[in-house]
Amino acid sequence: MKHVLLRHRDVPDIHKLEVYRKNGGYEAWQQVLKMQPADVIDVVKASGLRGRGGAGFPTGIKWSFIPKGAEEVYVVINTDESETGTFKDRELLERNPHQVIEGALIAAYAVGAKAIYNYWRGEYMDAAHECQAAVKEAYEAGLIGENILESGFSCDFYNHFGAGAYICGEETALLNSLMGYLGQPWSKPPFPAIEGLYAKPTVVNNTETMANIPPIIVNGADWYRQIGTERSPGPKIACLSGHVNKPGNYEVPLGITYRELIFGEAYGGGIPGGKAFKALLPSGGSGPIMIDEHLDVPMTFEGPETVGSVMGSASLIVMDETVNMVWATTKAIHFFHHESCGKCTPCREGTYWMEQLLHRIMEGHGTERDVRVLENVAENIGGKTLCALGEFARNPVLSSIKHFPEDYRALVQPSAEIPLAVAAD
Amino acid sequence: MSDLVSINVDGVDIEVPAGTTVVDAAMRADIQIPVFCHHPKLEPVGMCRMCLVRIGMPVRDRATGELLKEPDGSVQYNWGRTLQTGCTVRVAPGMHVVTNSAEAKDARDDIIEFLLTSHPLDCPICDKGGECPLQNLTMAHGGGTSRFNFNDKLTNDKSVPLGELIYLDRERCIQCARCTRFQSEIADDPVIAFHNRGRHLEIVTMSDPGFDSYWSGNTTDICPVGALTTADFRFGARPWELTPAATLSPHDAAGENITVSTRREAKSGGRVVVKRIMPRQNEWVNEIWISDRTRFVHHFAEAADRLKMPLVRKNGQLTPTTWDEALTLVAEKLAATGEQAAGLAGDRLSNEDLFMFQKLFRKALNKNNNIDLANKRLAGGDVTADVGIASGSNLGDLGKGDTIVVIATDLHEEVPIWWLRVKQASERGARLIVLNVRETRLDKHASFVMHYAPGQAIAVAGNLLEHDEEVATAVRDADNLVIFYGYEGLSYDETDALARTLGNLLLETEHVGRPNNGLIAVWPRNNTQGVWDMAVHPGLTPGYRADRNPGLDANAIYAGAESGDITALYIVGADPVGDGLMPGRGALDFMVVQELFLTETAQLADVVLPAQSWLERDGTFTNGERRVQRYNPAIQKVGDSRPDWQILAQVIEKITEGSEKTPFAASLVFSKEIAKSVRAYKDMDYRTLGQVVEQFPKVGGDDLYYGGTSYANEAGIGQQWSASAESKKPKKPFDVPELDVTRPAGLVLLRVAALYTPGTLNQYSELLHARMAKPTVMLHYADADQLGIADGMSLVLRVNGTELPATASIQDGVPSGVALLRGFAWRKGLESAEIVKVQTPITA
Repeated sequence: MKHVLLRHRDVPDIHKLEVYRKNGGYEAWQQVLKMQPADVIDVVKASGLRGRGGAGFPTGIKWSFIPKGAEEVYVVINTDESETGTFKDRELLERNPHQVIEGALIAAYAVGAKAIYNYWRGEYMDAAHECQAAVKEAYEAGLIGENILESGFSCDFYNHFGAGAYICGEETALLNSLMGYLGQPWSKPPFPAIEGLYAKPTVVNNTETMANIPPIIVNGADWYRQIGTERSPGPKIACLSGHVNKPGNYEVPLGITYRELIFGEAYGGGIPGGKAFKALLPSGGSGPIMIDEHLDVPMTFEGPETVGSVMGSASLIVMDETVNMVWATTKAIHFFHHESCGKCTPCREGTYWMEQLLHRIMEGHGTERDVRVLENVAENIGGKTLCALGEFARNPVLSSIKHFPEDYRALVQPSAEIPLAVAAD
Repeated sequence: MSDLVSINVDGVDIEVPAGTTVVDAAMRADIQIPVFCHHPKLEPVGMCRMCLVRIGMPVRDRATGELLKEPDGSVQYNWGRTLQTGCTVRVAPGMHVVTNSAEAKDARDDIIEFLLTSHPLDCPICDKGGECPLQNLTMAHGGGTSRFNFNDKLTNDKSVPLGELIYLDRERCIQCARCTRFQSEIADDPVIAFHNRGRHLEIVTMSDPGFDSYWSGNTTDICPVGALTTADFRFGARPWELTPAATLSPHDAAGENITVSTRREAKSGGRVVVKRIMPRQNEWVNEIWISDRTRFVHHFAEAADRLKMPLVRKNGQLTPTTWDEALTLVAEKLAATGEQAAGLAGDRLSNEDLFMFQKLFRKALNKNNNIDLANKRLAGGDVTADVGIASGSNLGDLGKGDTIVVIATDLHEEVPIWWLRVKQASERGARLIVLNVRETRLDKHASFVMHYAPGQAIAVAGNLLEHDEEVATAVRDADNLVIFYGYEGLSYDETDALARTLGNLLLETEHVGRPNNGLIAVWPRNNTQGVWDMAVHPGLTPGYRADRNPGLDANAIYAGAESGDITALYIVGADPVGDGLMPGRGALDFMVVQELFLTETAQLADVVLPAQSWLERDGTFTNGERRVQRYNPAIQKVGDSRPDWQILAQVIEKITEGSEKTPFAASLVFSKEIAKSVRAYKDMDYRTLGQVVEQFPKVGGDDLYYGGTSYANEAGIGQQWSASAESKKPKKPFDVPELDVTRPAGLVLLRVAALYTPGTLNQYSELLHARMAKPTVMLHYADADQLGIADGMSLVLRVNGTELPATASIQDGVPSGVALLRGFAWRKGLESAEIVKVQTPITA
């Protein structure tokens, strides 16, 4: 299959403007500059493109929320890519940066923005050189800047680095960080489409989402809808890591099964050493764990929901039979505790508490009651947090207790003080 | 006013203004949704998650807009996926809120449990213990035991000074951001902020000195736990040991309402002593805020060197004596002196004191009108009596469509709460016009700023409708117009002309006689307005009636004392010698001083009478908005001191040989004498001044917004008296005297105010010493060059033979041709001082 997103795998040196243009690059951009912004939004709407950052919100609809005639609008590319096991945006911007830049320019034109901010995860500093070089080339070619290609439309592009915080992948925290404030989310409303960057209407899209835009414009919404499923159209980059023979990024049509992705020869190629599969984190640390019997669901925005999980950013972390799920959960919760911004109580305190309990269990000092308390703490975080980070933090705990109670049981002592049956309150 | 929205909370239908949050709306129906981070004076953030409630909205048909009905005919509601934070959701028509369901209660229990996992639970040694929202809500929502392993608690610093005034206990902090939001949203001093993240999210200060703000103490009040404490109160007492006393700030013309918390304690020799000062809610005056000066400058009242006994000069020495001997001597001498007696009073005194003072001269001394305010800086009390801000006004109501003019004053340094309320009015959309010789803090909130040349204030005020079309429109067409004027860079006579000019502007643009319109004098003291109202004035009698036989004014009295035309002088609550107004006793035969301390003036007196401070007694002050407010005793009297009004009444009683009896209480001076003589006060007595009304936001109660007992105003909001323009008859314009306002050639010296200016009262609050304004001469670089003065150079100001040390500071904001004198107590002649260089430049 020819890649739609990871085109550098088919076309060497596509990060260079000359090569990118020779292969159809910026054709969409030139086409768009002759269209009405509303028509651009209509095409994206018709394509059914959904946000690739994980939430899956329809991109065209998101753009249409920007108030018509707003004076000052911003487009922000979310390259915070901090979800554990996610490394797709990095590859895109390192190897095929022009496609993201072109997508963002189209977004800016569609919503009337005069500036694009690409918010990078701080740790990606070294990965940004290619992107910065691409931006420079595009400026020199008149594709970005004042009066682009004599169309009368002007737009600037800025690469900006965060300071290394998971929470800044959350759009409002990202915007706060971009404005120089502490990277904490705000309570919505106001939504960024109404009051975002500098309190102006703002579109925030994931890097991979942006990369989808130019092919949609060039090939049309109908072409795009041929890829993927009815409700989850298009290609998706899956980030495969953990216990698989061939880890890495794979561009796949949405709808492929998880089993195919992990075991298929074109993809993960199975578990090393012929060991048995134990668990899959389908969306980095933040999605509920999937087990063997779940693997035949299609990887779409809806598919994993039928088995109580999510597709998210499609970062698949595979674990074989040697992994103790309490250990894995402890790792995940350590991450969430470390990354909790501290703004809202349940997340700030709950992640800390869960980590303390998990450490105690891992060290062999835990009791059955500790497991019940752990489960209850995770439940109590639910539905109370300001943003989704707190909700994510519950998933590893609740799903590991649900699917792998024996891993916990092997580590804890019977609870002396309170019988198990009544401990959960 | 704003539109009302009907909602239903727990089955109760209520109507609240549009834009109200669900939490505040429920509060109006006395349904208390618990909160930590929410504060009705701050923007919502939804951080603590304590206020989770179920919110339902009526469902409408998308096509027709019709309300959809359930099968049983009732309205269909969309109750949302999860609970929502009541503090971030604003009311909408038809909204239903459920706060008392099992799920909402469970959610609160869970949040309390989460909060307590990191809280040190050190209530037994915590200053907030006993009036702590966290403690109270734990009692209401918390479990009896902890599921959290105590040894897993994160430990953190427990005594972090954010500067020398405020201390932070990082373990107790629940990261609600009330303090940081107060500092950025209300005080506009964003000098504290969160640092780090997660469980390590901690408050840090980013200023030097730490927590550099005149409002820092307010953060300790709104802190919902014991994380922020003041150096003044920290570990000083437990809240339940404290007795609250409702009183007023004695420091500035706004009359901030405060509660003084006292305790009788062994370590103070069994005396009742002041432990802390907190704001008392008065939405018309100070809302729920006070400046740090009001909070921390009270130690003078309990100072060891307070006068405790009457003193009489014997053999050249001031010697302790009995009250009877001292009063008899004063009465005899005054009675014998007759017309050659004169009196000077200060403007910190209460209305009762001031009334008795003028009564002593007018009644007991047979129509002697030789009385005046000792230190006259700002004129115009007669103008504010006519066109002052009308009764029923509230600066908190000013906003879009309204205009505020501020001229010749620096509100941030002089009356900070007015600065705060004017700033907020501008944030609500009021147009603000700031006129002064130099930059002030208010400039940045103004829509028009003008820096005029020294002496041009009257001309600028007179031409305000001609100067600039935009300004003219803002003034002429304002829905409401309020004008603040002060005395910065102006002589007393010039302030008189300024007041009259501004009065005419208000009359011409018809902004008089209705609420939220009129003139406000930025009086130098808390009760300068009362000095006018009680007619401590040579040419007026109480009630602003002109006297046909005016007496000598202050200047004439000082001259008379020097020349011998005045032979006996009675000074109450003033230090004219210290202020440079009076070189010494002059040719006086007899001099009485009634004071708290042995001031420079008192040291020269024949009789010194120990007065009580405002904390030991009751009385009334009238603020710059002409609101008469009561204050109550907080501590026992110091030594054998007496209230000023009582001393004066006792002198009157002796002179009149008992025909004028000393009233039993200040309240009787007010109701039997003031209310009868001063027309504007005729409907007032201590009972009406003590009337309480419901205020929003509601405070007190069950500690949802504020801990403790201090905030609730149970002692009255006072009464604003009607300016004469409020009665229907049209006013004639004021005559404006023609003045020569030209300044002598050369550098113009101009004293500017500083909140913490070294002075008698401030110096007793040791914790403010490091923040006292350093005596500084601020110069434009060109002037400094010309004078050969370098930045940081030591200078001396020579004022009538006195030498005052100062440091030179060369600053961008100083207008050329002007030297700004900051950090100097007011002193006659200061602005005509000679600047002398000391030839050793200060090096860092």
